[in-house]
Amino acid sequence: MEKKIRVLMAKPGLDGHDRGAKVVARALRDAGMEVIYTGLRQTPVMIAEAALQEDVDVVGLSILSGAHLSLVPRVLEQLRERNMADVPLVVGGIIPADDIPVLQELGVYKVFGPGTNTQDVVAAINRAMGM
Amino acid sequence: MDIAAAALAGDRRALSRLLSGVENDTVVGRAALAQLFPQTGKAHVVGITGAPGAGKSTLVNQLAREIRERGQKLAIVAVDPTSPYSGGALLGDRLRMRDLSTDTGVFMRSMASRGHAGGIARATRDVVSVLDAVGYPLILVETVGAGQSQVEVARVAHTVVLVEAPGMGDDIQALKAGLMEIADIIVVNKADKPEARQTVRALQSVRPGMRSEGHHRVSVGKEKQVAAEVAGWEVPILQTSALENRGLEELLAALEAHRDFLKESGQWRARLQENARAEVESWLQRHLLALLADEVGEASLTAVVDTVRRRENNPASAAQELLAAILAAAGGAR
Ligand SMILES: Nc1nc2c(ncn2[C@@H]2O[C@H](COP(=O)(O)OP(=O)(O)O)[C@@H](O)[C@H]2O)c(=O)[nH]1
Ligand SMILES: [Mg+2]
Repeated sequence: MEKKIRVLMAKPGLDGHDRGAKVVARALRDAGMEVIYTGLRQTPVMIAEAALQEDVDVVGLSILSGAHLSLVPRVLEQLRERNMADVPLVVGGIIPADDIPVLQELGVYKVFGPGTNTQDVVAAINRAMGM
Repeated sequence: MDIAAAALAGDRRALSRLLSGVENDTVVGRAALAQLFPQTGKAHVVGITGAPGAGKSTLVNQLAREIRERGQKLAIVAVDPTSPYSGGALLGDRLRMRDLSTDTGVFMRSMASRGHAGGIARATRDVVSVLDAVGYPLILVETVGAGQSQVEVARVAHTVVLVEAPGMGDDIQALKAGLMEIADIIVVNKADKPEARQTVRALQSVRPGMRSEGHHRVSVGKEKQVAAEVAGWEVPILQTSALENRGLEELLAALEAHRDFLKESGQWRARLQENARAEVESWLQRHLLALLADEVGEASLTAVVDTVRRRENNPASAAQELLAAILAAAGGAR
């Protein structure tokens, strides 16, 4: 059986828009990936627990609320606590350009700002998987 | 410590990785499965099937909460369809299982069907076996729910719960899909809707009669009471509202009653026997095909298939000749 890339798509924080996350989830599915979609208002613990139980290869976060600088470190910490520091974290949403290097410094694999082409997300994940 | 031992010792990351290994049929996954096999056969495996939108995931979430309140651990396996176009899948059952997502007493795993028909994935059985081996006493398996046949879950689960809901068209969905035949318990979910009574009546008129000669008859009455008498299993029709949290105790009681019925009637053992045979036969088939690839080779196989396509040979004789070739090659190698 061929190995499939498994991706967790989650929306941490309190903003209630998941259209972007769904569009990306569909694009990843159409690129042959298995996408576990967890929906809105996920806490860092919920995200890391789901990542653990689903044994995902990549975790994707969609953050529109502007709270990325507080949410991302907590998600990374919860992943580390579960021995999943090696799982690449990809973040998309409304992220000011100035914050991108900050997030990358924290250990985020790739940051996507508004208006990102979904194919770029597909390509980045494939690259993270060495494909 | 190897991955199977780590999973047995309670390492959930190891368990999760092992489930992937089993799902992808890796060398490590296969070895672990063989290693864990002696520990399997203890869990009560419950299949949850029914049309998409009937409320299976929501019901599983509520059922799991109720079970957790009683202090029991459980595992959930939810299968969603793989897209035949891309080979990818959107696995969305976690959306409805938020309440469980931080409870480490619940292990929830999503699976894509990966082209397997029948409502579950090819590896669902093996994933269930691993969860069983590491000590989850109850495993809920939610099937794909797509229109086609879902009956294969009956080969993995001890107890099959068919979830129906009112307002999903005129017919009872399950009749078309042949699900009535495999249901041990029928649930009309969304009982908060007034049309639910009508669905119950429609189901009562088509409910299968007594199945098999066990020794218990169980009826789940209004008094939340499960009575056992001498007879076969009568498929109960229950009502739940996963939204309003109603009917769950009755459903849990029915699950337990069915498990007890299987054990006391000898059917639990009979099913283990049946499954053991099916497993051995399925592996025999795989080994034979592997042997065919090794000993005869793809080119010769294609040549034989070509003769069948040209109608120079018939499929049965062609297979027999290939088997003879395998046996000769295997004999020669010795
Ligand atoms: N009114 C009502 N809606 C429900 C109930 N259970 C589930 N639903 C809704 O039915 C829809 C489908 O539920 P889901 O659990 O995803 O169904 P599945 O496809 O069978 O897994 C969702 O919008 C649920 O909120 C219920 O008991 N009553
Ligand atoms: Mg579902």
